[in-house]
Amino acid sequence: MTEASTIAVGAEAGAPTAGGSADEGRSLASDAWRQLKRNPIFWVSITLIVLFIVMAAVPQLFTNVDPNAAVLKSARERPGADAWFGRDIQGYDIYSRTIYGARASILVGVLTTVVTVIIGVTMGVLAGYYGGWLDSLVSRITDMFFAIPLLLGGILFMSTFPNDENSRYLVVVGKVVLVMAVFGWPSIARLMRSSVLQVKPNDYVQAARALGASPWRIIRAHVMPNALAPVIVVSTINLGVFITVEATLSFLGIGLTPPAVSWGVAISDALVALRTTPHILLFPSLFLSLAVLAFIMLGDAVRDAFDPKSR
Amino acid sequence: MTTTETTSRHRAKTATGSEYHPQDGLLLEVDDLHVEFHTADGIAKAINGVSFDLYEGETLAILGESGSGKSVTAQAIMGILDVPPAVVPKGQIRYCGHDLLTMPADQRRRTRGPEISMVFQDALSSLNPVFPVGWQIAEMFRIHRGMNRSDSLERAVKLMQRVQIPAAKERVKAYPHQFSGGMRQRIMIAMAIALDPAVLIADEPTTALDVTVQAQIMALLQELQEERQMGLILITHDLGVVADVADKIAVMYAGRIVERADVYDLYRQPAHPYTKGLLESIPRLDQKGQQLAAIGGLPPNLMRIPAGCAFNPRCKFAQDVCREDRPALRLVAPGRESACHFAEEVLNG
Amino acid sequence: MAEAILTATDLVKYYPIKGGVLRRTVGHVKAVDGVSFELLKGETLGIVGESGCGKSTLGRLLMRLEEPTAGSVIFDGVDMFAQRGRAMRRLRRDIQIVFQDPYTSLNPRKTVGDIVGEPFDIHPDVVPKKGRRKAVQDLLDLVGLNPEHINRYPHQFSGGQRQRIGIARGIALNPKVLICDEPVSALDVSVQAQVVNLMEKLQDELGLSYIFIAHDLSVVRHISDRVGVMYLGKMAELGEEDDIYGRPTHPYTQALLSAVPVPDPTLRDKKEQIVLKGDVPSPANPPSGCRFHTRCWKAQDKCKTDIPLLEMRPDGVAAHLSACHFAQPREIIETVDVSGQQDEVGNTV
Repeated sequence: MTEASTIAVGAEAGAPTAGGSADEGRSLASDAWRQLKRNPIFWVSITLIVLFIVMAAVPQLFTNVDPNAAVLKSARERPGADAWFGRDIQGYDIYSRTIYGARASILVGVLTTVVTVIIGVTMGVLAGYYGGWLDSLVSRITDMFFAIPLLLGGILFMSTFPNDENSRYLVVVGKVVLVMAVFGWPSIARLMRSSVLQVKPNDYVQAARALGASPWRIIRAHVMPNALAPVIVVSTINLGVFITVEATLSFLGIGLTPPAVSWGVAISDALVALRTTPHILLFPSLFLSLAVLAFIMLGDAVRDAFDPKSR
Repeated sequence: MTTTETTSRHRAKTATGSEYHPQDGLLLEVDDLHVEFHTADGIAKAINGVSFDLYEGETLAILGESGSGKSVTAQAIMGILDVPPAVVPKGQIRYCGHDLLTMPADQRRRTRGPEISMVFQDALSSLNPVFPVGWQIAEMFRIHRGMNRSDSLERAVKLMQRVQIPAAKERVKAYPHQFSGGMRQRIMIAMAIALDPAVLIADEPTTALDVTVQAQIMALLQELQEERQMGLILITHDLGVVADVADKIAVMYAGRIVERADVYDLYRQPAHPYTKGLLESIPRLDQKGQQLAAIGGLPPNLMRIPAGCAFNPRCKFAQDVCREDRPALRLVAPGRESACHFAEEVLNG
Repeated sequence: MAEAILTATDLVKYYPIKGGVLRRTVGHVKAVDGVSFELLKGETLGIVGESGCGKSTLGRLLMRLEEPTAGSVIFDGVDMFAQRGRAMRRLRRDIQIVFQDPYTSLNPRKTVGDIVGEPFDIHPDVVPKKGRRKAVQDLLDLVGLNPEHINRYPHQFSGGQRQRIGIARGIALNPKVLICDEPVSALDVSVQAQVVNLMEKLQDELGLSYIFIAHDLSVVRHISDRVGVMYLGKMAELGEEDDIYGRPTHPYTQALLSAVPVPDPTLRDKKEQIVLKGDVPSPANPPSGCRFHTRCWKAQDKCKTDIPLLEMRPDGVAAHLSACHFAQPREIIETVDVSGQQDEVGNTV
């Protein structure tokens, strides 16, 4: 061990724990939290994210205009007192659409992340912990899904199961989530697998085996808590990415369809009249970028907090 | 060490154009060195007033455990501390009379290799895995002496032969991972002595090696030192290795030197409770029926060094004065220095 | 006459080396290649050797953390490798392990209480749920830690303290045998003695039998009753500690002993110096016949073809088992018996 790291260890040893009662443990999670709290980037991203979540949950707080109320005679109106962000080519109030769009985007992002994590972590743990033929099998399945391009798969899926005006909101959202999750889980699986492979040879895992612990116990109590950190970091960043991908899919017409409104849909609608009325594109893009940025910043802050070397 | 030897080294040095000339063989003077690490959790005082001298041809062992500051001392002399978070608030490190700490960075950098050189503990992480070893050794000549590729490679082969790497001509193109631990350490030594430095610092050079390889490497270091009349600073925690090779010993604890003596004197009768405790706690290969007298307690927290004598919480002989007054390193007998209020009692058994 | 609690017979562990496009097995790393020995009840059997000798793999085999390629272990009358499921889990209560690295042997996300208490969760019939917290606190106290620290996390402890936690976990189920895989190698010198003393104390109080695996010959001598020396997967010599250290008969043991530096400068030039030529061969490609013949100064034709068995050598050459065709006792170190010369804390009286 180098002197500098020895110093860091020595600082904790011998002396009673600083902060909290002397007998209380300071877990890595609570240490990470303390570091997160000190990071201004964390607070900025959390504020933005909370703002967007509130927007998604209770859009009525921000606007009482119906996003699907078209006022044709005021179409392409510039931002003004009547419509704060102006109106698009169909006369929709852009401000209202941007606020209501948060719901679909956030919902899609969160659901996709949850699904990819569940599938990816399970596959990754099976492959990494058991090794052997199970690893080969899972890795080949992962590779297969990796090989299929997202857009191609998305187009194929959406043409097979198209939406119409009567499709329920959750079904429409659900289809987009499904498409992204199906092509999004392999990278989480690979990450989890390599993380498990790094944790497995540690002596504390061997010690649990030596005590006669069942594989489930070892995975649950020893492997997962120590292997999950990289996945958490990447998933937080991926959330932002999924929102962007949904925007792309909706823009291409194979994502959300009207009357569902998301930032992607609003951006798609805006491109037609870009040269003459750029304000239609501006606001949804801005919100989209901010949301993605917020998640990426959060991911960065979480990674720094969990990284023992940066302490 | 005779005068002819000193002047021969002096001659050799001026021949290669070195601007550094040791006065009376005094190569290195560390003078009241202080080093602190400023971290988010506080200031760790790694070195708190360390002074020592190093002469040509002598082996100084700096003995200490983790947290004693021995490696930080070496890094400070080499100038490879990470500044920040390291800060050198006080002290001088004079090489042949020139203070390294106040030298312009350029000039200081040029002393690394030709004047002062270092061998590290872990050869695998100190060698670049993507370049052949010959290329890495040759780099010393290319950068410092401006040699061309083939000449520098030739010198590299000669060096590898000198450090007893078999089949050097062929192995010069091999990569670090293709060598065993002992061979890699020899390569590190070859790089360190390539430019014929006057001072060689070896930081735990054999700790990661098997004992049979350790014996070979220590023998090699001694040979090279005698041949080139280098000053060797050996940093280690291994009391056996120190007994075998050192001339003088400085024992460090919590960033200070707590005892300094000639190697025979120190082992025969230590003058500081820490040294005494160490000697009594190590099992000896040639003894049966030993009782190991362990030193109780833990190594000190460098952010909260105990008041008074840093060793007092673990000291069998500690009294009130030890908790209040920090004992200075003082002469307690001819050639014996100790930082203990009761050094004389310890010395006399 | 103590009985054998563990008997290992012809243990073999080969690791396949995969190569080529189709990942076929192109060779084997012969980590352990036919090791047999007995562990007597209440004794400490030391296993020494340098890196690559297979001692750590042997430890893992004895714990059945790896399946052997061949060979058997009879533990307490039961064939260990024939046990399955519940029976194997039951067996694991009686043989436990302490690991080398205090930084990776404890789960950083669990409290000390959880770590030391896990054995009770896995084997719920040893201690009823109500009594578990107290049992854990008693264990912490037994190994010299503060029971009130039960809710702390590993990173809040020093290396030596973490090792104590590992020991507490190892003895929680009151095993009969404890495999110690380099338990003090990663610790500071001043802390090593604490842990060694602790282990001796626990052995007396709990009636444990130890297999103490290490590369430090001095520590092994101190704690062991009998010692086995391993080289490249085979046992070279096995016998009473006195015999192995005082009258070693195998050339490798002799070379090993001569290489260990003793903390006594007056012995500098008096020791027998045996310098082995060459490097340790790769366990993937061990030499034919006697594995040591490539580096042995006594090697003759017979050594290249005939594998020497670990057996008593004829003509009463030595009182212990040796795997050398030309085994001859040779005194490498002069042993001094200091028992009775030291008081309980190791001060020379």
